[in-house]
Amino acid sequence: MIFSNILIYFVVIPLVMLGLLFLCRNMNQIRTVAVVGSTALVALSVYLVIDFLHLREAGADAVMLYTDSWMWFEPLNIHLAIGVDGISVAMLLLSAIIVFAGTFASWKIDPLPKDFFLWLILLSTGVFGFFISIDLFTMFMFYEVALIPMYLLIGLWGTGRKEYSAMKLTLMLMGGSAFLLLGILGIYYHSAPEGGKLTMNLLEISANNAIDHNWQYFLFPITFVGFGVLGAMFPFHTWSPDGHASAPTAVSMLHAGVLMKLGGYGCFRVAIYLMPHAANELAWIFLILTGISVVYGAFSACVQNDLKYINAYSSVSHCGLVLFAILMLNTTAMTGAVMQMLSHGLMTALFFALIGMIYGRTHTRDIRLMGGLMKIMPFLAVCYVIAGMASLGLPGLSGFVAEMTIFVGSFQHEDMFHRVFTIAACCSIVITAVYILRVVGKLLLGPVYDEHHLTLTDAKWWERLSTVTLILCVAGIGCFPNWINDMIHNSFLPIIEVLTK
Amino acid sequence: MSILILAIPLFMFLLLGLTGMKMSHKLAGTLGCLGMGTTLVLAYTVAFTYFFSGGADFINAAGERLQSILWNVTWLQFTDKLVIRLGFLLDPISAMMLVVITTISFMVHLYSMGYMRDHHGVFERGFQRFYAFLSLFSFSMLGLVVATNIFQMYIFWELVGASSFLLIGFYYTKPSAVLASKKAFIVTRFADLGFLIGILVLSYYTGTFNFTELTSAPVDGLANVFQVSETTAAGVKSIFANSAAPLFMGASVMTWALVLIFMGGMGKSAMMPLHIWLPDAMEGPTPVSALIHAATMVVAGVYLVARLFPLYLMEIRSLEIVTVVGAVTALYAAIVACTQVDIKRVLAFSTISQIAFMMVSLGVARPEFHHGIGYMAGMFHLFTHAMFKALLFLCAGALIHAIGSNDYTDMHGLRKYMPITHITFLIGCLAIAGIIPFAGFFSKDEILTACFGNSALWYVWMSAVAGLTAFYMFRLYYLIFWWKEHKVHEGHHAPHDQPWTMTLPLVILAAISCVAGFVPFGNLVTWNGHPMFDHVSFFTNLEHLDWTVAAVSLAVAIIAIVIATVMYRKENPLPAKFRNAMPALWTWAYHRFYFDELYMFITKNIIFDKICKPIAWFDRHIIDGTMDMFAKVTQRLSVSIRGLQSGSVQTYVWVYLVGALVMASIVWLCLL
Amino acid sequence: MDKLSVICYIIPSMIMFCCGVYGFITRKNMIAILISLELMLNAVDINFVVFNRFLFPGQLEGMMFTLFAIAIAAAETALAIAIIVNVFRAVKNVDVSDLNKLKL
Repeated sequence: MIFSNILIYFVVIPLVMLGLLFLCRNMNQIRTVAVVGSTALVALSVYLVIDFLHLREAGADAVMLYTDSWMWFEPLNIHLAIGVDGISVAMLLLSAIIVFAGTFASWKIDPLPKDFFLWLILLSTGVFGFFISIDLFTMFMFYEVALIPMYLLIGLWGTGRKEYSAMKLTLMLMGGSAFLLLGILGIYYHSAPEGGKLTMNLLEISANNAIDHNWQYFLFPITFVGFGVLGAMFPFHTWSPDGHASAPTAVSMLHAGVLMKLGGYGCFRVAIYLMPHAANELAWIFLILTGISVVYGAFSACVQNDLKYINAYSSVSHCGLVLFAILMLNTTAMTGAVMQMLSHGLMTALFFALIGMIYGRTHTRDIRLMGGLMKIMPFLAVCYVIAGMASLGLPGLSGFVAEMTIFVGSFQHEDMFHRVFTIAACCSIVITAVYILRVVGKLLLGPVYDEHHLTLTDAKWWERLSTVTLILCVAGIGCFPNWINDMIHNSFLPIIEVLTK
Repeated sequence: MSILILAIPLFMFLLLGLTGMKMSHKLAGTLGCLGMGTTLVLAYTVAFTYFFSGGADFINAAGERLQSILWNVTWLQFTDKLVIRLGFLLDPISAMMLVVITTISFMVHLYSMGYMRDHHGVFERGFQRFYAFLSLFSFSMLGLVVATNIFQMYIFWELVGASSFLLIGFYYTKPSAVLASKKAFIVTRFADLGFLIGILVLSYYTGTFNFTELTSAPVDGLANVFQVSETTAAGVKSIFANSAAPLFMGASVMTWALVLIFMGGMGKSAMMPLHIWLPDAMEGPTPVSALIHAATMVVAGVYLVARLFPLYLMEIRSLEIVTVVGAVTALYAAIVACTQVDIKRVLAFSTISQIAFMMVSLGVARPEFHHGIGYMAGMFHLFTHAMFKALLFLCAGALIHAIGSNDYTDMHGLRKYMPITHITFLIGCLAIAGIIPFAGFFSKDEILTACFGNSALWYVWMSAVAGLTAFYMFRLYYLIFWWKEHKVHEGHHAPHDQPWTMTLPLVILAAISCVAGFVPFGNLVTWNGHPMFDHVSFFTNLEHLDWTVAAVSLAVAIIAIVIATVMYRKENPLPAKFRNAMPALWTWAYHRFYFDELYMFITKNIIFDKICKPIAWFDRHIIDGTMDMFAKVTQRLSVSIRGLQSGSVQTYVWVYLVGALVMASIVWLCLL
Repeated sequence: MDKLSVICYIIPSMIMFCCGVYGFITRKNMIAILISLELMLNAVDINFVVFNRFLFPGQLEGMMFTLFAIAIAAAETALAIAIIVNVFRAVKNVDVSDLNKLKL
């Protein structure tokens, strides 16, 4: 029975929410549905984490747990196949938390609140579906479900050059999906040893280990670039600054917080896991690109004046670090990559939430036109400083844990080239400090720039709830990283095993 | 119990940080003081237990002090071997640092109760926040010194940096304070990059973060007293033996690792050329300068080198680098200190110079010479310097609070108005100048002895710096308290001594500065735990003085003080004459040899204008332009063929008709 | 009646159809276009009936379709005239060359 599997509820709950939202008549009903639904998702993902850890402790050592598979389209052997390992569990938790925080961040969304939440929930359906699927086709389908609402969300509720940004973002990501589709089809047609049945199931493909090496050389770059576009890999990152700058708050949060993680997740789950041979041989090319991303994004962020641009470029840098670590192909670095995904997801969501709140008050995002906000809105300012500190890797907050795991892991690589590149990537921590402190100094500290700002108010309760949730998570990972580190670490062992075969 | 030493300040930080705004100022301050007081008692207990209880974990039968890990919990596991643990390492230097940090921190907590008010006794805005940050700093600094592994140290290293940032920028509406805090953070962050890379290299080759394992393999022929198994010791030793093989740009990777780690220390301890943040850090409230930028955080670099001293010993080249950097910084800072007007800046440069003394001391320490006396002297000086420099800063704070200005030009002749401050400041000056029997004399004398044992060059060099130290400190003293009568402006109260919360710490620290020199450090803190003297009494340090060195250094100090007296006791044209005699040197020293301008040039004109801006331009115009170009080309193409889709049905019918006829005729022709 | 051959019916129907096509292509007035359209439709209806009569004399399918087409044409005309009236109300004009507001 399909509903006996806990994972399916990650898709069912958003779908039920969608149905209920259609019936909503006023703002209160919409809020009730959104809050109840997202709380249920958080509760479900927390339960899943606990249950997952229990199962592992009890000795369940399969690669994926809670696996299930239902035939969907017989002729092409497409299944609705689901299952999770520690990494997907962590990502589900992250997504649920960010949807939760995003709901509160868009408490006062205007106009068309109902439609906004409809698209937002549809987007999260895609995200959750992506993380629970282990069938390439289902994965791809949910991936597209997550992408398309983005266009409307930015185009309708965005600010600034929203139509341009929405179109650019959608087109570039669709371009990525085109590569991806090609890659998935390629994998599908080489998924079975001679005469066997073709399959889209990740685990079966990996177990068959059938993809011809020459084909791997072709399919690996295609798949990696396909996902890399979403992971903001240089030079396919330019959708990110414009897209983030124009998107409404909750969308920026969800996009930077979760959607960009789909890219990194896909990179190791599909590209590396299924094509280990090519990954070993070709990783260095992408390592150079992502290494450039890391430093390049940080340098670019130093001279931006729009708060959202600063964060978007910093996302380029941080997400570059995710892909960089994945390409190191060792357990510690890859664990660091997932930690960085979690950490970046939470702190960028926090950043965008705060920027949205500040923008909602001052009606500008130009740091040259603001100053001394610490005095006017201390709560938001303090949260911003905390987010900044997380971003520049202060111990006790999540950024430090993630970055250090990446650096230590990457530096364990035997090859000199990789270690030198790691040192180059390390330099980003200084540049990050520069741009974060530049913003903090200009925006929050110093004398009040604009007299009109003196009348502005501090955060409302829903804003406080949204930011405090995220801060607690950031601090939680930062102070007690080991359990989550263990969970992720163990999930990488099968991938590493495939790689070293 | 030891966990409380860390837990209490952390708890106070959370308590005051989260609920402080709802408390009254007085309650917050009292809570802060109480918390720190408890920590002080606990830390003293732990340190005294370590030094004097004679427990088997702390001292062995031969009287050698051991490293003892009280607790150690896994925090983050990278690989099987590389694990970050949070723990509590007790050994001579960490026990000593516990005492130093909690003492100064408590004094500062107490002092701030008086300092952080205006003249009417009203507490400053953000008073609770100030205490929260002080607690955060104390927590981080205590965590740093008790670190059991290099990564724990790095964690707390970053945390002290952050709390220093928060405290320097305490007056956040003041642009100069914001700039100074930013500068401090970024400069130390840059240094920490070196530290981090150093850790990466070191851990890659040794496969461990733990101090006990890293420092377990001493130089051949010397006893190993740290508690590690022989196999680990042999393992680390073999890495060093092999580390001659992997060379990187002409030096062994271990040298690189150690120099990079030292770079982290240079940043925190404000060694040249990474010193530029410390003078600016004086923008913070004066108690903060006393605690962080004089006594505790800035000596973290020294502590780091001391912590890894056995490793440095194995790569003598890295120790030589430490010496050179220290010596150059000491001289530079002393020269600059002679010209500054802002009294806190003078003290800041004096701090830089004194820390450089400690660095030199570690750099010249060799086990062959007097059981590594340099190491002991460096730590001794760290201890005494913390006391008298905190004293000097707190005096400066009292002066600034009374006068409302940082410049000595606004002070002059204050000795009658503020007698307690005057006396305590004088004691501080005597201590730092190295006059017997004040604390600084003993520690500085040991350092000079160590230099003497290493090479004549460093001995002469450092003695000259010691002379300069005495000179600029007494210059400052006379300019503040003598020079000419103090002018009380109309409508202003005459300056007076401050309330007891501020004077009590001064008196206590002055008392410590008088007697700290007699602490028999040689028996407490040595590089390998081996005691230096057979028996100990109050006069041990006096008995073991190398009188030739001591006499010379005393003479130098006294001559310097005499010169300062002649020049600055009463208003006279001598200083101006000197200034005019060497205008170039004076201008350069006054502008701190233009280091700030150089850095400004590098960051603004090179990094921002030549790297960041072109990259941002490249991104917007080349990369983004390419993407936009794809879109534009597609659009052009569609515009150009769009005329066909006119939208007029009549045209379509016409085209259809003609097309149908043409095709029909073609078919017809073909059929024919 | 039997004397008349098929051609006698087809030629007028063809003339009607060509007039319809010509009118549809050249006229700008929407009502005129509609009339041309009806002309074409009626020409086709005639053909239906005629071919039914001559090719399958015993059956009635052609007649049925013609009736069907007439009914549809009536409905369509009603709809078209309604649209035209509405367009006229909105822009006071029924000239197709002027009705390009929806075009980019």
